[in-house]
Amino acid sequence: MNAIEVRDLKKRFGHIEALRGMNFQVREGELYGLIGPDGAGKTTLMRIICTLVMPDAGEVRVKGLDVRQQRTKIRSLLGYMPQRFSLYPDLTVEQNLHFFAELFQVPEAERRARLEMLYHFSRLGPFKNRPAANLSGGMKQKLALSCALIHTPQVLVLDEPTFGVDPVSRQEFWEILHSVQKEGTTILVSTAYMDEADECDRVGLCFQGRIVAEDTPANLKRRFSYPLYRVRGSNLFRLQEFFRSIPTVHSIQMFGDVLHVSFTRQPRAADWQAWQTQTGGGLQEWKTEAPSIEDVFLEVLEEEK
Amino acid sequence: MNSPNLAVWTRELTRRFGPFTAVDRVNLAVKKGEIFGFLGPNGAGKTTLIRMLCGLLLPSEGEARVNGLDVYRQSEAIKQQIGYMSQRFSLYEDLTVEENIEFYGGIYGLSREKITAKRETLLQQLDLQRYRRLLTRNLPLGFKQRLALGCAMLHEPPILFLDEPTSGVDPRARRSFWEYIQELARQGKTVFVTTHFMDEAEYCNRVAIMNLGRVIALDSPLKLKESYRKSTMQGVFVEILHRTTPDLFASQEDRS
Ligand SMILES: Nc1ncnc2c1ncn2[C@@H]1O[C@H](COP(=O)(O)OP(=O)(O)OP(=O)(O)O)[C@@H](O)[C@H]1O
Ligand SMILES: [Mg+2]
Repeated sequence: MNAIEVRDLKKRFGHIEALRGMNFQVREGELYGLIGPDGAGKTTLMRIICTLVMPDAGEVRVKGLDVRQQRTKIRSLLGYMPQRFSLYPDLTVEQNLHFFAELFQVPEAERRARLEMLYHFSRLGPFKNRPAANLSGGMKQKLALSCALIHTPQVLVLDEPTFGVDPVSRQEFWEILHSVQKEGTTILVSTAYMDEADECDRVGLCFQGRIVAEDTPANLKRRFSYPLYRVRGSNLFRLQEFFRSIPTVHSIQMFGDVLHVSFTRQPRAADWQAWQTQTGGGLQEWKTEAPSIEDVFLEVLEEEK
Repeated sequence: MNSPNLAVWTRELTRRFGPFTAVDRVNLAVKKGEIFGFLGPNGAGKTTLIRMLCGLLLPSEGEARVNGLDVYRQSEAIKQQIGYMSQRFSLYEDLTVEENIEFYGGIYGLSREKITAKRETLLQQLDLQRYRRLLTRNLPLGFKQRLALGCAMLHEPPILFLDEPTSGVDPRARRSFWEYIQELARQGKTVFVTTHFMDEAEYCNRVAIMNLGRVIALDSPLKLKESYRKSTMQGVFVEILHRTTPDLFASQEDRS
């Protein structure tokens, strides 16, 4: 049995079709990542799974239970962290954590170890007595995450949990997620950070209310079939313009201080040398590059357009 | 020191909350037309600093000028010179997308015709046409970010303060967002921007890295990578944090 089962799911809000026949399954004990452009339907899907929104059509089951008929049962075995989680602003960091520990009836012995791990990740220990209202944006997010992770539900649904979380804390957050998974929890998580998708067992790319690509991160990357190069130069914007004029170029994307350029036909050493001359030395370095999830994401979006 | 081509200038700028120092003696000089990036771990003091520069929060000590205007005495004048996109949304959730634009246009004192014209270009530019009559509450997060940016720019201010404009924004939208920022800089606007995406630091002319209220590194991305001997800004960031908060990584080793 799959932990989450979604068949032909449809949902519309007024004239906007949020989900248009979505099919997907999360296996028992799996860590499943949802990526997709803004407005693709990820949040709606998660809210339906968590029984907060009713589907218009289709079937959704969580641990075999129907979201239409067995809402209370589903809610008792599921943990959900919405995009904007409401903490109690007047309560301190510590009071918020204890409040949620009570709410989820976390046993005393377990609570202590959990709190220690969560304080370590969040670095909120020195701010235990600060009201949540006075935390920075990312600190609030980390507190909300800690509150959601204080118990061990059978199924955990996290909607963009690392929104506004700094790079070092993000890494530690994923270590926690992996350890929660080891305890047997099935996890469904959405993210705008493509490096996080790499941490998942399987990844689904959501687009216009459907899953348009789904696989393990390694297999997803194999979908990118064009020869890909990492290119450096003195002026990336000019270099980008230059490659736009080359007929064998398939795509050009900026990745910080490098360009990712893919081709419809493998370029030869002579081509690169010619390009170097044509750019007056502006093209400085080129190397084959293994596609990342971000490359795949941008490519799939281009194909679906 | 206070030359007219500086968009932002601060000296020993400090903000305390009770006994806690959130921003600690910060010195900055940001040129007009610069894209100036701000990095730092959660709680470093980035938002507090921006709020002082926007005239929304009084400093405890030190000096700051924005477009030559003093943050203590000329905060109202500063508000006309700047656009501010806050980290948590400043949009009205129970207004529709177009009502939010109209509302902000009104706040900035734009004429009826100007607002209508601006509204249409913005909806077009931000790809928000199909959402125009949707309540902002129901707008997908990435589109909310776009709308918030649009509203912050309605009065065409010369200086923009963008606090995490791309958090929660998908990779494609982030790219078009940065193209837009580059375009604004070409038009001579100054952009002051915070981000937790380290690759975005590369799109800035200069980057300041903050930790525990202090600016601990400030240079172009290239120079930063050279001086810390790292190939990426992610590497620089982690290295700087490591040096300035040694226990950060020590305690992590303890745990494993
Ligand atoms: N009103 C307040 N009272 C007490 N402390 C405050 C208040 N506002 C902010 N702080 C504290 O000041 C510090 C800096 O917060 P700030 O919001 O500037 O951080 P930041 O760098 O923007 O972080 P993030 O990346 O999470 O957005 C934090 O420790 C925060 O809790
Ligand atoms: Mg902030």
